Amino acid sequence: MAMALPLAYASSVVHPFEAGRLSFSTKATKHKKQIYQFRKVTKVLAYYGLTNPPYKLDALEPYMSRRTLELHWGNIHRGYVDSLNKQLANSPLYGCTMEELIKTTFNNGNPLPEYNNAAEVWNHDFFWESMQPNGGRLPWGGVLDQIEKDFGSFSNFRDEFVHSAMMLFGSGWVWLVLKTNERRLSIVRTSNALCPLVWGDIPIISLDMWEHAYYLDYKDDVSKYVNNFMDHLISWHSATARMVRTEAFVNLGEPKIPVA
Amino acid sequence: MALRTLFTKKALTRASGLGPLGAAAGDRGLGSGLGQARGLTAASLPDLPYDYGALEPAISGEIMRLHHQRHHQAYVTNYNNALEQLEAAVAKGDAPAVVRLQGAIKFNGGGHINHSIFWNNLKPEGGGEPPHSALGWAIDTDFGSLEALVQKMNAEGAALQGSGWVWLALDKGSKKLSVETTANQDPLVTKGLHMVPLLGIDVWEHAYYLQYKNVRPDYLKNIWDVINWKYASEVYEKETA
Repeated sequence: MAMALPLAYASSVVHPFEAGRLSFSTKATKHKKQIYQFRKVTKVLAYYGLTNPPYKLDALEPYMSRRTLELHWGNIHRGYVDSLNKQLANSPLYGCTMEELIKTTFNNGNPLPEYNNAAEVWNHDFFWESMQPNGGRLPWGGVLDQIEKDFGSFSNFRDEFVHSAMMLFGSGWVWLVLKTNERRLSIVRTSNALCPLVWGDIPIISLDMWEHAYYLDYKDDVSKYVNNFMDHLISWHSATARMVRTEAFVNLGEPKIPVA
Repeated sequence: MALRTLFTKKALTRASGLGPLGAAAGDRGLGSGLGQARGLTAASLPDLPYDYGALEPAISGEIMRLHHQRHHQAYVTNYNNALEQLEAAVAKGDAPAVVRLQGAIKFNGGGHINHSIFWNNLKPEGGGEPPHSALGWAIDTDFGSLEALVQKMNAEGAALQGSGWVWLALDKGSKKLSVETTANQDPLVTKGLHMVPLLGIDVWEHAYYLQYKNVRPDYLKNIWDVINWKYASEVYEKETA
């Protein structure tokens, strides 16, 4: 690429073109060096973030107070997110989606240290979205049909859900899940941070039964909390959206194909 | 066994004199047939040896009242119910029912046992007096210092996921002290048949949430101001005699 310079010029004279190029490239090289150094210093990393509940913190009053949400979401949920990010900073588990991370760290029943934080982050996100202002009452359409099919009636389902919540010993969650293998809805109770995702089931609705979820508002009156959840907070809109998505993965029944 | 006396102590002292156990059960109107048939005395809520507000500012009066009158009472009530159902199931020879009731008995009975110990573990006004003599030496031997023990219990208590208890335990066999944790309402004996609780700290959220919100480490730091080392020493000396 270098032009063949007459020997006379070789060592003492710099060709003007080359000189110009030289000075230009020196600047460019310096600039490039700066960029590369910049890139070396700031490696771009992505972390899990704390998502906001889909409503204002006082929107669930009087069934769940703003103060409860400020603490539950703002301190506890946020704490799990921060702890998880700290754990993942130098971990080979960095870069998974949340659901992958939960399944991986669950490790078939011997959970890795990151499991608790990851699962609790997901569980709480799911929980906020399982509630809505002016919620409760009855589901409709496909969700109601499926509940009636799998529980006999909505009130059977409601009783079973409430009973399951009252029978939880210690901290945990109560879930309405779609069991992928049995292809039916079911109520599942889990302890501490356990999440039905690890069994490949698909959660539809969850209720946080850790004491921090209700103690400020209800003290020890668990029954009132659970009944208020069923009557005023549960989001059948979310349940419907989740069921719709589920049907892409689980065949819930034979389609009614009209005969020609 | 020490545990059984927890159940029967209040019953015996409350009954008029030491009449037959059937009469004692009848006095409280609690399944007198049950009492007469098998001599099983129902559990009852022990009184606190101090006022609800006496442990402030470490633990608020509101928490103590709810903890004692609502939570502990619920464990006692549900334990008694479970025992009655167990009686009936055993009498009928209904093995599945007997087995099914074990969860409720372990949880509610454990809750009763643990909280009965817990009320004795707390003492108002200068309860933070450090342990002396035998227990003090044992702590220094097994943990290095009292501070090290406190730090260890606080660390394990804060790290406990979900609900449970953190214990200063004495192994009756080896006479060694250790720090143990149990989940939910499992009593210490589930960690080892020879384990005796000297101190237990309730780290269920109901024990601190109203006052400390989610900052469990602050609760653990402050509770040492009202810990009853005298009781722990007495138990230690009795078990190592």
